[in-house]
Amino acid sequence: MSTPSVALHAPAGGTTREITLAQAIREALAEEMRRDERVFLLGEDVAEAGTPFKVLSGLVQEFGPQRVVDTPISEAGFVGIAVGAAMTGMRPVVDIMFGDFLTLAMDQIVNQAAKVHYMSGGKLRVPLVIRTTLGATRRSAAQHSQSLHAWFSHIPGLKVALPSTPYDAKGLLKTAIRDDNPVLFFEDKMMYQVKGPVPEEEYTIPFGVADVKRPGQDVTLVATSSMVYVALEAAQLLEQEGIQAEVVDPRTTFPLDVETLVRSARKTGRVVVVDEGHRRYGVTAELAAVIAEEAFYDLEAPVRRVGAMDVPVPFSPVLEDQTVPTPQQVAAVARELCGRG
Amino acid sequence: MTNPTATANLTELPEEVRDVPVAEWLRMYRLMATIRAFEEQVNELYVTRRMPGLAHLYIGEEAVAVGVCAALRPEDYITSTHRGHGHCLAKGARVDRMFCELLGKAEGYCRGKGGSMHIADPDSGNLGANAIVGGSAGIATGAALSAKMRGTDQVAVCFFGEGALGQGLLYEVMNMASLWRLPVVYVCENNLYNEYTHYRETTAGDILARPQAFGIPGEEVDGQDVRQVLAAARRAVARARRGEGPTFLLCNTYRYFGHHVGDVDRSYYRSKEEEEAWKRQRDPLKILREWMIAAGLARADEFEVAERAAREEVAQGVAYALAAPYPDPSEVTEHVYA
Repeated sequence: MSTPSVALHAPAGGTTREITLAQAIREALAEEMRRDERVFLLGEDVAEAGTPFKVLSGLVQEFGPQRVVDTPISEAGFVGIAVGAAMTGMRPVVDIMFGDFLTLAMDQIVNQAAKVHYMSGGKLRVPLVIRTTLGATRRSAAQHSQSLHAWFSHIPGLKVALPSTPYDAKGLLKTAIRDDNPVLFFEDKMMYQVKGPVPEEEYTIPFGVADVKRPGQDVTLVATSSMVYVALEAAQLLEQEGIQAEVVDPRTTFPLDVETLVRSARKTGRVVVVDEGHRRYGVTAELAAVIAEEAFYDLEAPVRRVGAMDVPVPFSPVLEDQTVPTPQQVAAVARELCGRG
Repeated sequence: MTNPTATANLTELPEEVRDVPVAEWLRMYRLMATIRAFEEQVNELYVTRRMPGLAHLYIGEEAVAVGVCAALRPEDYITSTHRGHGHCLAKGARVDRMFCELLGKAEGYCRGKGGSMHIADPDSGNLGANAIVGGSAGIATGAALSAKMRGTDQVAVCFFGEGALGQGLLYEVMNMASLWRLPVVYVCENNLYNEYTHYRETTAGDILARPQAFGIPGEEVDGQDVRQVLAAARRAVARARRGEGPTFLLCNTYRYFGHHVGDVDRSYYRSKEEEEAWKRQRDPLKILREWMIAAGLARADEFEVAERAAREEVAQGVAYALAAPYPDPSEVTEHVYA
């Protein structure tokens, strides 16, 4: 993804400054670590290296290697250790370098972390955050490019956040760290240098509250993570043709703000859902189904889905660039919905 | 009545347990008898179709859970396995609430949401049994990391069967536990069978070479002799509390029953003669009882009293659980999220 050409509205009130999404993540972690000594970071190359994306740079200098803990390359092992630490009074924030590596820790996330609270009849809690990445177009091929957030959204006991802006990233990550449940937190690795306004003051953003990134009345574009920028660019293209698109970002796939999605769908009567996961059995399918179930009689046309192609992510730029949704694609689908195809 | 404050001050005892009072040995005997009676009752519930699902019986392995947990404090942690009833009881769970959980009743330790394979009781330091073989190795090691970070001197014990030696997670966390000198004790219960397959068909090389590769001291323990188990556990726990890191105990033991209650015909993987030999020669209750009688520490009738009391506790517990109410169906959606 290139740096988005679309500016987002500044959050209301207070003093803001422009920082990158990576800085927003780092600020959220540092503030929570200062606020609560139980919060610590665990993962591969999180300390001196600050991760390959440099998102964590500087944290080990402030908090020391006892709270910014470099692990061996053992995803299952250190996620499992984090689950046990979370069950016994700590609040670990795990770093999984590439979302693809979540596959190595699936038992610990799905069979252990997600189920401990329920299986224990509510006696044990797992206040665990797993930060990881999603998103293609980094020329990293099939094992470093997947967007696997749908898998975790499927599992009762897990929460899933995927911010699209520095403002959302900071506010949602602070909420994730304070949540008493395991939270999967997906950051698009192509967005770390995206800048946006972030308040100087402390704030959090509750889970399950969608954000309307652009108002409009003709068609709703529901978009997640970096697809918000794709949808906003599509909205600009559509505007030139007299179509006003509303862009809605759910911000968390679970809990899901059904109400805001449905309200927008009822208003516009036309909905396109855009997500970078594979299209089949994906987040787009769930969101489209929820909207169809709740707003069917207000819809002018079937809900449409735009997702990543159902192929492993290929390496060659010529091949890879076809696999992710583009503003042109999204605009074309929206145009069809509006009878302008 | 033998003087309960007298210690079993015998030279053949391992040094670490020479100060254990007779009353404590008798308590351990009683606890082993409770576990055995509990498991016999579980089997009975299954056979008479009064228990939903299956259970994996711990009979034959009692000395491991009891000996290890006798070396722990209430605030220390354990994680357990699918064959976990013995660990839960040894760490302090109540018989009646255990039965309630096994029967899916509201007063069960998990309000009937966990069942036989998921009993957790944080009040007694039990972070949960686990139905994924080796699945709790991360949790136990993480509890040890947490104890170290919080500056307590708590120790975590990870119980697992020799079947878990095939799981990669175990080696990942043993590596970190050794690197970070975490207060965790890995207790491998080698009951010889990975479900229905002899461990020699699944386990290459020398088991103790595995912890050794990570710089973790390991020792082989007679898991049928609670004196040896307690001694080894005390050494390991003391080492953990001193901040010297993890220990691996390989406890040789035997599962009298099948992999689970429904595994009745076992002739295709082991012989009746083998089973009878373990029961006759290597029974953990018998070994403790005969030693105490021979050493003049207790009389035969004291063990009979203990066994009767254990059976009575189990009878009362199961009666209570059978009569106890089920959870309200509306509880199905509770505790998905904290």
